[in-house]
Amino acid sequence: MTLIASSIGKKLIMALSGLFLIIFLTQHFAINITSVFSESIFNEISHFMGNNPLVQFVFQPILILGVLLHFTMGFVLELQNWKSRAVKYKSYKGVANAPWVSRNMILSGIVVLSFLGLHLYDFWIPEMDYKYLEVLPLNPDRYFEELVHKFESPIRVGIYVLSFIFLALHLYHGFASSFQSVGFNNKYSKAIKSFAVVFSVVVPIGFVFIALFHHLTAF
Amino acid sequence: MDLTLKIWRQANADAKGKIETYQMSEVSPDMSFLEMMDVLNEELIEKGIDPVAFDHDCREGICGMCSMFINGEAHGPDRLVTTCQLHMRKFADGDTITIEPFRAQAFPVIKDLTVDRSSFDRIQQAGGFVSVNTSGNTQDANAIPIEKHDADKAFDAAACIGCGACVATCKNASAMLFVSAKVSQYALLPQGKVEATDRVLNMVNQMDEEGFGNCTNTGACEVECPKGISLENIARMNREYLYASLKG
Repeated sequence: MTLIASSIGKKLIMALSGLFLIIFLTQHFAINITSVFSESIFNEISHFMGNNPLVQFVFQPILILGVLLHFTMGFVLELQNWKSRAVKYKSYKGVANAPWVSRNMILSGIVVLSFLGLHLYDFWIPEMDYKYLEVLPLNPDRYFEELVHKFESPIRVGIYVLSFIFLALHLYHGFASSFQSVGFNNKYSKAIKSFAVVFSVVVPIGFVFIALFHHLTAF
Repeated sequence: MDLTLKIWRQANADAKGKIETYQMSEVSPDMSFLEMMDVLNEELIEKGIDPVAFDHDCREGICGMCSMFINGEAHGPDRLVTTCQLHMRKFADGDTITIEPFRAQAFPVIKDLTVDRSSFDRIQQAGGFVSVNTSGNTQDANAIPIEKHDADKAFDAAACIGCGACVATCKNASAMLFVSAKVSQYALLPQGKVEATDRVLNMVNQMDEEGFGNCTNTGACEVECPKGISLENIARMNREYLYASLKG
């Protein structure tokens, strides 16, 4: 049996792709938070990220691959897990021995994946259309306005806030769990768990703040 | 104590099982759970009803045979004990107790509460041993110095009795805690290092072939394990497996 076909190999892919997505999330947050402080800095960074060949044609495909691997493997593992107990218990007290977040990663993951669909529809697809289909002229000052425009709708902001809550739940278990899956469990694990908990709360709250900030200051 | 028991009854592996309800009265709080089941079976036999089949052997928490899923938890609500060490004082007068077999595709029901856990035996046979030449000149194990920390960890892992509570508890019916304990007890000792690569590859492959689920790191297995086997062992097995796979 190859590494990839094994249960431990699949978990390794989940863990490594998850950690990679956490790094991406961190840089995404670092860029987005600038929109709160400075329109020009946000525009400048966004223009760089949107037009730098290395970002567009190397990092972006790697990111897409990471997302695809993470959720595809998540569904494959979940399906196997379902099959491994075809006859369910009449009485199962999951709350007695494991936190809700760890038992419902598939649920929080599906919410985050659905959000990703909306997010790509909101920003990525129009961006691809602008640059590669319609091939419109470069405009380094359009990004901030596009961002603010998207957060005018209270329904969209509500969906974003709800999704970030589920992202927090997903990260709360997934971040530290990734280290266990790659075989890292030692005297540093407690510190990693603490950092992961802080990260899983701070970053999603930061994204919520950005969405609410632009919604409330748009008028 | 008066109790209402809701017990999974299934005539054989192919039969369709269902929960049957039985009333018990004057149950002593000092009884072990299995003694309570013995009394129930005596009453059922007197009434001409087929007694409830359940696994048990040593009744002192060593053999790993008892395997009941009680009120939604493997080995019941107590911690670090097997079903045979669980006492009725953990329940209250008037309680309803639901008793089911350990559920997993790799643990098919034989009858009522007894399940076939030979999948664990096959995993163990795939590599859970040290090949020793027993021609008479075997080296005394005590002649090999072992660091105390490693010896203690190996001993902790070896405390696994293979009862299957980890599988029964895990929401994915994963056997990672059991297999990792068996891998770790050898991986930590010099005697086990020689065959470490083949051992972990073969045992994990057998585990996957048996149809156990995957580990989501919920930690439920560690909580419900009657011997307190640590998740640290799963991380060690992951390391061993990844290293062995890369080594080929």
